[in-house]
Amino acid sequence: MKVLVPVKRVIDYNVKVRVKSDGSGVDLANVKMSMNPFDEIAVEEAIRLKEAGKADEVIVVSIGVKQAQETLRTALAMGADRAILVIAADDVHQDIEPLAVAKILKAVVEAEGPGLVIAGKQAIDNDMNATGQMLSALLGWSQGTFASELDVDGDTAVITREVDGGLQTIKIKMPAIVTADLRLNEPRYASLPNIMKAKKKPLDEKTAADFGVDVTPRLEIVKTTEPAARSAGIKVGSVDELVAKLKEVGAV
Amino acid sequence: MLLTHEHNELRRTVTRWVEDEINPHIDEWEAAGIFPAHEVFKSLGDRGLLGVHKPEKFGGMGLDFSFAAVMAEALAAIKAGGVPMAIGAQTDMCTPALAQHGSDALREEFLRPAIAGEYVGCIGVSEPGGGSDVAALKTTARKDGDDYVINGTKLWITNGTQADFCCLLANTGDGPIHQNKSLIIVPMKTKGVEVTKKITKIGMNSSDTAQIFFDDVRVPQRNRIGEENKGFIYQMQQFQYERLWCALNAAAVFQRAIDITVDYTKERKAFGRSLSDNQWIGFKLAEMQTEVEALNALNWKGVEMVVAGQDATKVATMAKLMAGKLSRTLPDGCLQFWGGMGYSDESEISRLYRDARLTAIGGGADEVMLQILTKYMGIFGSNH
Ligand SMILES: Cc1cc2nc3c(=O)[nH]c(=O)nc-3n(C[C@H](O)[C@H](O)[C@H](O)COP(=O)(O)OP(=O)(O)OC[C@H]3O[C@@H](n4cnc5c(N)ncnc54)[C@H](O)[C@@H]3O)c2cc1C
Ligand SMILES: Cc1cc2nc3c(=O)[nH]c(=O)nc-3n(C[C@H](O)[C@H](O)[C@H](O)COP(=O)(O)OP(=O)(O)OC[C@H]3O[C@@H](n4cnc5c(N)ncnc54)[C@H](O)[C@@H]3O)c2cc1C
Repeated sequence: MKVLVPVKRVIDYNVKVRVKSDGSGVDLANVKMSMNPFDEIAVEEAIRLKEAGKADEVIVVSIGVKQAQETLRTALAMGADRAILVIAADDVHQDIEPLAVAKILKAVVEAEGPGLVIAGKQAIDNDMNATGQMLSALLGWSQGTFASELDVDGDTAVITREVDGGLQTIKIKMPAIVTADLRLNEPRYASLPNIMKAKKKPLDEKTAADFGVDVTPRLEIVKTTEPAARSAGIKVGSVDELVAKLKEVGAV
Repeated sequence: MLLTHEHNELRRTVTRWVEDEINPHIDEWEAAGIFPAHEVFKSLGDRGLLGVHKPEKFGGMGLDFSFAAVMAEALAAIKAGGVPMAIGAQTDMCTPALAQHGSDALREEFLRPAIAGEYVGCIGVSEPGGGSDVAALKTTARKDGDDYVINGTKLWITNGTQADFCCLLANTGDGPIHQNKSLIIVPMKTKGVEVTKKITKIGMNSSDTAQIFFDDVRVPQRNRIGEENKGFIYQMQQFQYERLWCALNAAAVFQRAIDITVDYTKERKAFGRSLSDNQWIGFKLAEMQTEVEALNALNWKGVEMVVAGQDATKVATMAKLMAGKLSRTLPDGCLQFWGGMGYSDESEISRLYRDARLTAIGGGADEVMLQILTKYMGIFGSNH
């Protein structure tokens, strides 16, 4: 069985984001970018399936700007076998929306024939939480979202899902789309020899046009704003004063 | 120098390793005055991180020095200076000469396990009689049959209580003091090697520092690195790596000092505003940031020269000097803005302040760097 893992290049989770002055989005010029953390978990899970003898090949695919090849190299260094880069934008600020990504992934799935797709549950840049579900609908495959445990057994997969207030265990038919939650595993980091070996692993380059998918955005971003800064506090002299102030602002 | 994706990945891997394997234990190791070198080095060796710029023939990665430089910087994420120093002693202080000039048999016996993280190494240059005047050291290795018989004392030896071997600088001849020394690999379990107790220090507490006595210690002459009586020259070449390593690591430590101080002064309120809202504090931090940037420029000029195969001694010496000088002002300047917290063991800055101070002494004191530089400038006094 082949496992396909889509990985997205996003702003590094450690970077303090800055909103562009025109409010059109977050400034990504000369900002540290990394693999979406949920995708790292997805890659790790796929590699573990291979190590357990349940998968033969792990293919990673990224859709976006050319620089996403670095994200793919990171996945290859972790242990993926080969990579496909689908160039769909020139400008780092152009986000490819979930539907377009899902359409391209559908085409990749049809070309590669994997038995399982493991994606991150959401990307930390736009928090859409939609690509896996859309891909499942387009392919007509089963889906197991927010997986915190995955056990593939022949024609079925048992998935533990993190749902509000607890865990839900479901059994689904393969082929399937699984989306990874935070606690699915702890992704490895590459050893130096594997970082260097990744340079030589195959990386195919395609474009969105090769798959006949129109990536023009369908959503319009109206405004992006920074979270409100914490405003300065005041000192109160006594409990009475505190209570009075709280009443004044309607907090009690 | 333009760093590649692989450089960035190396940095990421080292940082993650530090966060997962080292920082959770660092307070314990600081309190114990020692860290488990064999365990830590094995963990590094398994990830290919102890032989970054060592020959592939002996298990190294065969990469150029720029990768080792990135690693030296990335190790500054460790929240104590002792552990990175011990790692640097292994990778860039006690093994460069062995890697470059050692025989195949010697490299097979000592370099391969050092790269794999099975052996811990140490570098034995300094002595009780003096560390600055390397040429005047007193330890002797006298020939006897196929062996050397070694007598003398080495002091301040990093990793000394845990090491499997020592790369020892000793007098092997009666010629002029720059032409009478050799580097010899001494297995530490050899009869006559005696390690006295760990030295307690003001900083670098997680690193063990030893005094080592050599009393009629017999090692085969094939343990000598390269040619006889070329040891002083080899050691000077080896110092180039050591000093660049120190400067690179120090620059990244200084950056951490600034970063944590920026965060602290933004959070901390006094006189009704953040400390960082005081122009004095902002300006001091900006000045320190500029100093780090200048040190980085010097460091990476040195790295580029090494990568290009040029003699980087002068620039490496300048970088080490600059790092040493900043180690006496920059952590102090940061600590000041932490107020009472900076003086307490509870803050990250206080340990950094104590640890960093060594930069101006270890690997050659600032004055020794200045002395080397005066030679380059043709103004070194004839009475020396
Ligand atoms: C924690 C620690 C770890 C160390 N690890 C190692 C190790 O692993 N291996 C090793 O071999 N050594 C090691 N050292 C020793 C270190 O390299 C020496 O301490 C250093 O070179 C200074 O030598 P010294 O201590 O003998 O000082 P001295 O040589 O006595 O010099 C004292 C001071 O005199 C001044 N001075 C010296 N020469 C001149 C000059 N020509 N002109 C003007 N001023 C001068 C300098 O300010 C110098 O600091 C370590 C030291 C420490 C503290
Ligand atoms: C060992 C020790 C013993 C002590 N003993 C006592 C004691 O017995 N009794 C007692 O009451 N206190 C005691 N103190 C507390 C000491 O007086 C305070 O630590 C000191 O006044 C600084 O206050 P702070 O730590 O709150 O620093 P902060 O007020 O947070 O200031 C931190 C730093 O910010 C900078 N800063 C502050 N304000 C400004 C400004 N306006 N402009 C520019 N820079 C500024 C300064 O560099 C300062 O060091 C002790 C402290 C120590 C470490």
